[in-house]
Amino acid sequence: MELRLDSGIVNQCRELAAAIVDPVGDFIAAHSTVAVERSVLRLLGVDGVGEDEIPVPNLILDRLSGEERAGGVALAFGRGVAETGLSPRDLGAAIAAGTHSLSDFSATPEQAARAALAPHVEAAFAHLRRRRAEREERLFRLPQQPAPLLYVIVASGNIYEDRTAAVAAVEAGAQIIAVIRSTGQSLLDFVPYGPTTEGFGGTYATQANFKIMREALDEVSERLGRYVMLTNYASGLCMPEIATMAAIERLDMLLNDSMYGILFRDINMKRTFIDQHFSRMLNAYSGIIINTGEDNYLTTADAVEQAPAVLASQFINEEFAHRAGMPDGQIGLGDAYEINPDLRDGFLYQVAQAQLARQIFPDAPLKYMPPTKHMTGDIFKGHLIDALFNLTSVMTGQTIHLCGMLTEAIHTPFLGDRVLAIENAQYIMNTARHFGDEISIKPGGIIERRAQAVLSDCELLLKRVADMGLMNAIEAAAFADVSRPPDGGRGFDGVFERSERYWNPFEDALRQAQGAGV
Amino acid sequence: MSSVIKPYGDATNDGKVQLSFTLPVEWSEAADEAARQLVAKMGFTDVQVVDGRRIATGFSFFVVYASTTQSIDFSTIKAPSAKTHAMSMEEIDSFVHEKIGRRVRIAGACIGTDAHTVGIDAILNMKGYKGDYGLERYHGFETFNLGSQVAVEDFVRFAREHAVDALLASQVVTQKGSDVKNFTALAELLEAEGLRDRVVLICGGPRVTNLMASELGYDAGFGRGTVPSEVAAFVATTLADRLAKAR
Repeated sequence: MELRLDSGIVNQCRELAAAIVDPVGDFIAAHSTVAVERSVLRLLGVDGVGEDEIPVPNLILDRLSGEERAGGVALAFGRGVAETGLSPRDLGAAIAAGTHSLSDFSATPEQAARAALAPHVEAAFAHLRRRRAEREERLFRLPQQPAPLLYVIVASGNIYEDRTAAVAAVEAGAQIIAVIRSTGQSLLDFVPYGPTTEGFGGTYATQANFKIMREALDEVSERLGRYVMLTNYASGLCMPEIATMAAIERLDMLLNDSMYGILFRDINMKRTFIDQHFSRMLNAYSGIIINTGEDNYLTTADAVEQAPAVLASQFINEEFAHRAGMPDGQIGLGDAYEINPDLRDGFLYQVAQAQLARQIFPDAPLKYMPPTKHMTGDIFKGHLIDALFNLTSVMTGQTIHLCGMLTEAIHTPFLGDRVLAIENAQYIMNTARHFGDEISIKPGGIIERRAQAVLSDCELLLKRVADMGLMNAIEAAAFADVSRPPDGGRGFDGVFERSERYWNPFEDALRQAQGAGV
Repeated sequence: MSSVIKPYGDATNDGKVQLSFTLPVEWSEAADEAARQLVAKMGFTDVQVVDGRRIATGFSFFVVYASTTQSIDFSTIKAPSAKTHAMSMEEIDSFVHEKIGRRVRIAGACIGTDAHTVGIDAILNMKGYKGDYGLERYHGFETFNLGSQVAVEDFVRFAREHAVDALLASQVVTQKGSDVKNFTALAELLEAEGLRDRVVLICGGPRVTNLMASELGYDAGFGRGTVPSEVAAFVATTLADRLAKAR
C-alpha cells in the first residue's frame, strides 16, 4: 500500500530541518558540557566512586578550574597521566583520594598530554570496535526474527528480578529488552555506580546493571539461536555518559532525542543540544540504534492535533542525527498509537500517520509506541486496542515495536502480562503478515487526505520554527505547547564555552572517522 | 430486595469470578491441579482451570473460573464520593464570583520523583479531558501547573509564597507504595508549617480513591476517569463552605 505524497513538500521539509539545525550546530561546536567531559574520562577508563559514593568522573570535573574546564578535561588529565605515568583509572582513583591534584601538572606541555593519552584513546576505540564487531557476528550467526521487532520493558527496580523477567519475555518471543530507569534518574547529574536492587518505577542505569543484563541476554540468545537486543536511556543530564557506558557494554539501542529532555524534563536546551550531539557521534561509531521520543508529543496533548509536530520532530531528529554521522539505518524515529479510541475513523488516522513516516523515512528503523494515554483499568478493552496497534504496525512495516500491555496504567507489567502482550502481537503479525502488501490505499480517501494534511501542516510548522530559530521557537512553545527559555532549566550551569585550546580527542577522532562535522 | 449481594455470572447469587495468574513452575497436569487447589484454598468453590500453559522456563499461566461463597451487605458500605456537586464550568465560575468574590488560586504538581503529568495535565491544562475543559480555562481560577518531579518542600513553599487556596497533588507511579509515602509527606509538611487548614488539599491519580484520601488527611481524592469540572466543583464548594463558616 502506498500513499501519494508530494515529494516537493518532503524535500522542502528536509531543507527546512537543515536550516533549523544549522545555527544550533554552530553553537554546539563552540561549547561543551560537564557530561561530555565526564564521558571523555569514562572512555579513557576512569571509573569507580569516591567519597559519598560520588563517581570519580564527577569528582575530577568538580575540581577543575574554569580555565582548565574550558580547555577540555582531556588536556588537564593528559598532563597528569604524562607526569605520573599512572593509568587513567589509577590516576582517577588517586585524584579522588586526594593524593594527586590536576592543578599540580599545569606546567606540563600540551604535547606531552596529547602523547600520553594517545594510546588510551586508541585502546578505547579498539574496545568499541570490538564490541560492534561482536554484535555483527552474533546477528549473523543468531539472526533475529523479521520486523516488527517485539520490544518489551522490564522495570522492577531490582536488576536481578529484571533479569528473570527479561529471560521469560525472550522465551515468549521478545526480541528487544529495555530496562526502564528509576523515575528521576534523568535529572541526576551523575550516573549511579554498581549493581542496584532498589528503584522506583524502574531500575537505575549503571554500567554494572548493563553488564548483568547483557550477559543474561547473550546466554538466552545462544540458547534460542536468535540475538536479543538490549536498550536503555541516553537521555537526561547524563546522556553522553550513558551512551559511553552503553557502547562499552554492547547495548544495541538507546532512547535518545534531540528535544525530549528540554520539553518534558525541563533540562536546559543548550545542554541538551550539545549532549545529544556527542552522544550520537558515539552511538554512530558503536553501531547503536537510537530511538527518538516523538510519542511524548502524543501522550501529553491531543494525538490528532499533534500529528504535524510528530513529523516535524522526526525531520529535526533525523537532521541532528545525520550531523552526528549517523546513517539512516541507526535512526529509529518515534511515533505512537495514541488517538482517542472513541474517535470515529481513528484507526484510519493511525494508519495514515504510521504509513506517512514509513514512506518519508524508508530506511529508518521506525520505533512504534503502543497506546498508553487512553488505557484504563479495563484490561479487556486495552488488549483489544493493543491488537489494532499491532495490526497498524505490521501493515505499515514498522521496525521496532514496543508491545502494548493490557495492564498499562495499572502497574509495571507482571511476568504474565508481558507474555499475553507478546502473544497478541505474534497472533496479529502472523495472521496479517502480508496484509499491507495486498491492499492499496484509496486515492483521495480519508487515509490519504489525512496523511497529506499532516505533511503540509508539518511544513508550515517547520517554516515557523526556521523563521524564529529553534531556540526561540521552543521558548515560544512551538512544540508540545511547552515553553522553555534558552538559559533556563536544569543543567545549564554545566554548559561552558570552549577556549582556543579546547581538546577532546574522542570528538576529533569521531569526526574524522565519520566525516561528521557539526 | 435483599441488600446482600454476590458476583453475578449468569444467575443471581451464583458468585462467579474470573481469575488469572502465573505460578513459578513448569507446566504439567500437576501445575493445573496446583492452580485449582490454590484457588480452592482461597475459599472458592466450583473451581475450573479453563486455561493452563507454559509461558517461560519455570513459569505457567492460568485462567480460572470459580464461585465465591462470600457475600457483602451493600447497605453497610461507606465510600463517600467527592463528586457530589455536578456543575458546569459556567455554573462554577458564577458560583465562585458570587460566593467567594475573587479568583481562587489553585496549584498542581506531580510530587516526588513522579514524572507522569498525564493526570495533572488533564485536570489543569486548558484543553481538559473527555471534552471537559481544564481549570486553566475557568475565569474563577488562577492556576499554577508546577509540572513533574516537584519536591514536597518546593510545593509547600510555593503554596505559602503564592497564598494558594487549593493544592492538587498527583501520583501516577505507585510502585512500592511511593504514592502513599509522597501524599503523606505533603500532608505532614503542610501540618508542620501550619498551612493545612488554609488550603483545600486534594490528591489524584489512577489508583487514588476518595476513601484513601480521607484516611491520608486530604479533603478529597479523585481517581481514574475524573473530569476537571468535578475537581473544580469540589474546590469551589469546599472553599465557599469554609469562608461561610469563618464569617
